[in-house]
Amino acid sequence: MLAADGRPLKASLNRALRRQKIRALFLIAPLLIFILVSFVMPIFDMLLRSVENQIVGNTLPRTVVALQDWDENADTAPDEVVFAALYTDIALAAEYKTHTRLGSRLNYEMTGISSLFRKTGRAVGRFETDVYTEAFQAADPAYADPAQWAGWMQDDNIRAALPQTTNTYDAWAQMIVEEENDIPAEEEPWDFVYTALYADAAGGAALPISVDLSAIEPVSLQASFAEIDEDWIDPDVWQTIKAFSPSYTDGYFLNAVDLLRGADGVEQRPENERLYIGQFINTFVMSLSIMGMCVLLGYPIAWLLANLPARSANLLMILVLLPFWTSLLVRTSAWKVLLQQQGVINDLLVWMRIIADDGRLTMINNQTGTIIAMTHILLPFMILPLYSVMKTIPPSYLRAAKSLGATDWTAFWRVYFPQSVPGIGAGCILVFILSIGYYITPELVGGTKGVFISNRIAFHISSSLNWGLAAALGTILLTVVMVLYWMYDKIVGIDNVKLGG
Amino acid sequence: MKTTLKLMATTCLTLTATMAVADGHMANEMTIVSWGGAYSASQDNAYHQPYIAQSGISIINDESASEAVAKLRAMNEAGNITWDLVDVEAADAIRLCDEGLAMEVDVDEVLAAAPDGTSATDDFGGALVSDCFIPQIVFSTTFGYRTDMVPEGVEPPSGACDVFDLETYPGKRALNRNPIANMEWALLCDGVAYEDVYDMLETDEGQAQAFAKLDTIKDQTIWWTAGAETPQLLADGEIFMGSTYNGRLFSLIAEQGQPVGMAWDWQMFDLDGWVIPTGLSEDRLARTLDYVYFATDTQRLADQAAYISYGPTRQSSAPLVGKHATLGIDMAPHMPTEPSNAENTFYNNYLWWADYRDDLDAKFQAWLAQ
Amino acid sequence: MSGLPPYATKAQTLRYYGLRTLCGLIFFFLIAPIIVIIPLSFNAQDFFTFTPEMLSLNPDGFSTKHYEDFFSNSDWQLAVRNSLKIAPVATLISVSLGTLAAIGLSQSHVPFRRAIMAILISPMIVPLIISATGMYFFYSNPYIPIPFYGKIELPFTLTGTYLGVVLAHAALGIPFVIITVTATLVGFDNSLTRAAANMGAGPVTTFFRVQMPLILPGVVSGGLFAFITSFDEVVVVLFVGSAGQKTLPWQMFTGLREQISPTILAVATILIGISILLLFTLEILRRRSERLRGMSPS
Repeated sequence: MLAADGRPLKASLNRALRRQKIRALFLIAPLLIFILVSFVMPIFDMLLRSVENQIVGNTLPRTVVALQDWDENADTAPDEVVFAALYTDIALAAEYKTHTRLGSRLNYEMTGISSLFRKTGRAVGRFETDVYTEAFQAADPAYADPAQWAGWMQDDNIRAALPQTTNTYDAWAQMIVEEENDIPAEEEPWDFVYTALYADAAGGAALPISVDLSAIEPVSLQASFAEIDEDWIDPDVWQTIKAFSPSYTDGYFLNAVDLLRGADGVEQRPENERLYIGQFINTFVMSLSIMGMCVLLGYPIAWLLANLPARSANLLMILVLLPFWTSLLVRTSAWKVLLQQQGVINDLLVWMRIIADDGRLTMINNQTGTIIAMTHILLPFMILPLYSVMKTIPPSYLRAAKSLGATDWTAFWRVYFPQSVPGIGAGCILVFILSIGYYITPELVGGTKGVFISNRIAFHISSSLNWGLAAALGTILLTVVMVLYWMYDKIVGIDNVKLGG
Repeated sequence: MKTTLKLMATTCLTLTATMAVADGHMANEMTIVSWGGAYSASQDNAYHQPYIAQSGISIINDESASEAVAKLRAMNEAGNITWDLVDVEAADAIRLCDEGLAMEVDVDEVLAAAPDGTSATDDFGGALVSDCFIPQIVFSTTFGYRTDMVPEGVEPPSGACDVFDLETYPGKRALNRNPIANMEWALLCDGVAYEDVYDMLETDEGQAQAFAKLDTIKDQTIWWTAGAETPQLLADGEIFMGSTYNGRLFSLIAEQGQPVGMAWDWQMFDLDGWVIPTGLSEDRLARTLDYVYFATDTQRLADQAAYISYGPTRQSSAPLVGKHATLGIDMAPHMPTEPSNAENTFYNNYLWWADYRDDLDAKFQAWLAQ
Repeated sequence: MSGLPPYATKAQTLRYYGLRTLCGLIFFFLIAPIIVIIPLSFNAQDFFTFTPEMLSLNPDGFSTKHYEDFFSNSDWQLAVRNSLKIAPVATLISVSLGTLAAIGLSQSHVPFRRAIMAILISPMIVPLIISATGMYFFYSNPYIPIPFYGKIELPFTLTGTYLGVVLAHAALGIPFVIITVTATLVGFDNSLTRAAANMGAGPVTTFFRVQMPLILPGVVSGGLFAFITSFDEVVVVLFVGSAGQKTLPWQMFTGLREQISPTILAVATILIGISILLLFTLEILRRRSERLRGMSPS
């Protein structure tokens, strides 16, 4: 069969269909790209933070390498080689001022490491390694000459002969350029470079100008570190550093479900550090109560609206929509005013002699406050879908049931209610999704008990700075929400979301 | 099609315009971060308004000083510093300096000398606790209580330890939602000698003891995050007593006439001052330094004390502290340094806190969430 | 249920009035908190409680000083200006992109329709704190990472700029535009466009002369939703914005947490007035839309 232009009809139709598809995609594309770039990518970017862990390897590169040979199951601290690497790393990090950040990072895994790193950063410049510097410089003045050093460090033979010195000198030179804005060839190398030189020489390497080392009393770096803080010879500290030296970690996720990576693999956190499972359960229970409250309060309202004549229903609908359109913060401040111990509700109850003046109810800064305020805020999201479903239930069904002899209750429960279930489902999922991720209202009226996991996430982002943990908690929350969203799509269909009747 | 084009053109134009505005604003604007409430108001009166009048620069107030460390770290990571000057406590200044997030300043170079020629270094003296810290005020965290809620026949509370005494003083309390001051008070009021408090807090046993003491009032306590919360809770009669900064209590009592008294014993002494974020562009830095030079001179620091009861950190400002700007009452008796208020004073060890803040914060928040 | 039949039994009468009373109480629960704010905003005291003077209707207990503070305080005025600068631009972006996409989505053969729809609606579903923190970090980058390609360098970063807040708010407003516009398009009679084409109108003319007037109510109400989303949004602006972009909700939020003053209640009262205005606009639009589509207003 041919179309008017002589092509086969099938091909022609296909082409028209393809054109239509392309045109539709062309219309959608700008928005889709916009949402992908401004919304979806930021979220993925944040989720990645939950596994990123380059900071240990970047701050302590030599230590991480040296630690590979240390047996983490041993009950002893690592040997002098590791401490020598740590000495260089910390001395450099202290100049870059990154050791404190690493300390904060590792403190999430083992409290106490932050203060350890801070103390060490201050003390590491005062180690007695200057004996090496002095010995080398006394043996030959060339060792005190910055230009001479720079010259040696360009000689490939010397570089090959003195691997540790080369590595340390290069890092030092880079630091001198970046942090001090000086030229390495004009600066005398610092003590840790001479320490590396001594280590190379003690290992039998040939020095550019040979020096008799026998007179030098070696400085034990392990002892020097232990002098700053005993924790440096605690194998647990080293286990933590080693466990978190890879660039990616599951540590944040383990933390988010109250686990930790101990010496014998994954284990539960000590009792007083278990927080998040409880918080997730708390979030769930509160969201469920809010959802339940919304059904209880929303169902009669929706029923009334669906069964009143249009004119009065529209008038009453305004009472539902006004809160919906009123600023969230306005409503939250209203509840703050109402729920206080000296607030309007308590005043009213005291005035009505229902409670005594000294027996005022605590309804704010706890779960009650959050549940009341959020029920109020989310109630329209329950009423609107319920209403739109109930509108479609013909009243004649109820009348038919009654005329067949059903009592009012039976007619409602066996005939009307089953038909309104889709509305309840839609409303419940919507309310649950919205409440589970709430932040503002619980923050303002929830105190310490009535807060959600979102408030924990915000706390870790803006106060404790544990961004990785915030991202891990966020990932878990987002997964839950996405599953619910998918359910909602399956049950109700996203197209059927109704806003404002 | 014409309309679509027009629409798109308008959108593009508006976008460009808003971006231009965003950049253009920077030329004569400064964002100064502080603590909000009565404190920000005093800075506005004593520093901002005269400076605006003199320089024509407009100042945007940001009240997120309590999150300063976090925000500065994030800005630093992004390389996009939107703040020009930040008001922080001494311990935070030390932390920011340690992390390279605050700029080291040469005090004698950027700050004015005293009118008699004493160098800024000598004038500020011991208040210069970090290379990045530009001191402003001496303040204390102390307790206010509702005078009309003191039980009959009982002496009103006199200090920090009364907060743990639920039998004599029933009612809700308000405490800061972080370990600073609370941990010290808990140990001190549990019988630990003043000199031993910080040594004890370094140990697990000491921390456990402090938490055990705090446990006794945990369910009676509202935890605040902003200094203005306790005054509000006191004014509303929501709590019997609560800790906050002494200047906030002063404005509640003296300016707003609320039935609130002060319990000064074991007030926690601390310093507060400016830090300049690292990474400001040259012209912004110049502007910030100009402001700092102006706002920290002897007269300005003394002026601030006319609006709020915090002591100036310059020795040369002390004699200039006089009466309240609008109420006309003497400010000296309301200062934390006044001898009758300072009988028992706890000196916050900010160096210690700079080291141990991360450790104790983690434990404190975990304790709080249980 | 439109009335009580004359043959109702005692129990039915009881239930009838019981339900009405219950509904009355629930409506009271919905509205009372909003109403309570209005008298409190005229409090002569600086706190959030009803004073004895107010309860005895003594004129000394009332004052408009919190309104004066709102109109004279530079922080509040900055916040108002910012809100008015951000919300319309964000709305414009959401509405223009959203309407185009909604028209695309309502065509009969769209590949991956469900998935695309799910992505476009997601800003409404994803918890705000997650969106906010994600945008906070992502907008801090001076580049846009493109998978499998690399990075497009930008000459600026978006955090702490108007553009950043506007883009973030536009993204949050889009689901509302999509939902309302697709809803109006569902009832759209496609024979109208075919008729227009038949009479010789091109697709652009058809769009502006036939389709647009019919879906306009949906577009406008979507725009109102997008506007109110931006106007009322606080979490994202707290993270993405800086003090230079503080909006009304930002100022209210810090106010509620920090320097608690009844000026917030004065602002709240003004906002309630605005929402009542918006609500009536929407109601009028809805009626107009139904009239145009030949449905009887219900």
